[in-house]
Amino acid sequence: MKYSIFSLARAALSGHKNWQRTWRDAAPKDRYDVVIIGGGGHGLATAWFLASEFGIKNVAVLEKGWIGSGNAGRNTTIIRSNYGLPGNTGFYELSMKLWERMEQDLNYNAMVSQRGVINLYHSDAQRDAYARRGNTMRINGIDAELLDLAAVRKMIPFLNFDNARFPVQGGLLQRRGGTARHDAVAWGYAHAASELGVDIIQNCEVTGFVRDANGKVTGVETSRGRIGAGKVGMAVAGSSSRVAAMAGLRLPIESHVLQAFVSEAIKPLIPGVMTFGAGHFYVSQSDKGGLVFGGDIDGYNSYAQRGNMPVMEDVCEGGMALMPMIGRVRLLRQWGGIMDMSMDGSPIIDKTPVDGLYLNAGWCYGGFKATPGSGFVFAHLLARDESHEEAARFRLDRFRSGAVIDEKGQGAQPNLH
Amino acid sequence: MRITCPFCGERELGEFTYLGDAKPMRPAPGASEDEVYDYVYLRDNIAGVMDENWYHGGGCRAWLKVTRNTLTHEISAVEPAAGAGARQVAK
Repeated sequence: MKYSIFSLARAALSGHKNWQRTWRDAAPKDRYDVVIIGGGGHGLATAWFLASEFGIKNVAVLEKGWIGSGNAGRNTTIIRSNYGLPGNTGFYELSMKLWERMEQDLNYNAMVSQRGVINLYHSDAQRDAYARRGNTMRINGIDAELLDLAAVRKMIPFLNFDNARFPVQGGLLQRRGGTARHDAVAWGYAHAASELGVDIIQNCEVTGFVRDANGKVTGVETSRGRIGAGKVGMAVAGSSSRVAAMAGLRLPIESHVLQAFVSEAIKPLIPGVMTFGAGHFYVSQSDKGGLVFGGDIDGYNSYAQRGNMPVMEDVCEGGMALMPMIGRVRLLRQWGGIMDMSMDGSPIIDKTPVDGLYLNAGWCYGGFKATPGSGFVFAHLLARDESHEEAARFRLDRFRSGAVIDEKGQGAQPNLH
Repeated sequence: MRITCPFCGERELGEFTYLGDAKPMRPAPGASEDEVYDYVYLRDNIAGVMDENWYHGGGCRAWLKVTRNTLTHEISAVEPAAGAGARQVAK
């Protein structure tokens, strides 16, 4: 069905009893041209771009739980394209441009809100690093503004500017950054892909790969039976190593837990997204009024989808350093998601050494903002067997060749990215 | 998560720093590129029980080998990591 002001009015007049399913609850067919493993944002976006941009409509998305039950619904909903290294800069801007037209493309309200992302700086050295990143963005056609202290005071007057240890000196602002409603992103892609004929199959866990005599992947074994496939794409985030192991692959990835937090609702306070530069703390305010925030990953391998107290304390300390007045706001909810931390902190979108199997992984804790871009370039790779130019550096073999994309400069230590 | 250090007793997680899977061993100086690549970049990323290296920086500053389940965070064993310290303990 098509959503519009008229469909809303009709449904309102009939007591909201006649809404149809947002997407079809499909049962698996024997065979598809492309099977995507993972019904999160990236998998669903890939399916939609395959159907809408690349003309491949015989596609299934297999999800072991319900769609959006993993990281798609666990992130802090931030979208931005303020990256500094070749490979990342162009790719995340491609993704940002797709965010800007997503709701029209999908006929779905994803509450994309470009209310700005500001990274605060607290030292001369950090200002210089941010100026460099802002300049990198601007020569690549991306908006960036370096704000001085007076401009930050005007925009966010309630910060603790008198913090003796970490004085706020200014910030790097991307006005086109902001937030989006993460569940609606998954639902929107599911809705639009399903309309184009994509089968979204929930409660369908992949348990193995079907290979022919040459080792080519020709399908998957699942909890709902064998499903044949021309090509298989993996978009399973924190489960990447486990799924790849079924095809005999070891990946340059560790799975780590990242926590996120929501406070009780308060009156409108935070104008956009803010980050504390002297620690690791990022915050925005949801339309319901809750402060949505997070910080570092816990730092140890985990598949548990829950974290521990030291990081919780560290994150809240970051918030208190910026805004001491939130100290009496109560924490409402806290949860964890499993991040596919790569060895250089950047993603991998590439063919694998196994014929017929394609990999989309290594998003670390920055996958949400990449959702539309990731779907587009992964669909490009699956449809044409060659990388999109903006994803050409996200190769699986870059760790062997040395062409790593290490935005934070931490080396091959995934818990430090 | 609390870790029972063999030297200091049970301590809270914030005292410890994580290195990672204890299984990969640094290849010999003349090792092939494949062996070095494997050691530096590839991981088993075990979902289940794994031996790990942890550093007790907020306590005795010893390296520890912790056996922990990555699905549940349950710790089943802690012992000194291989090296001079472990040999001292064995005496």
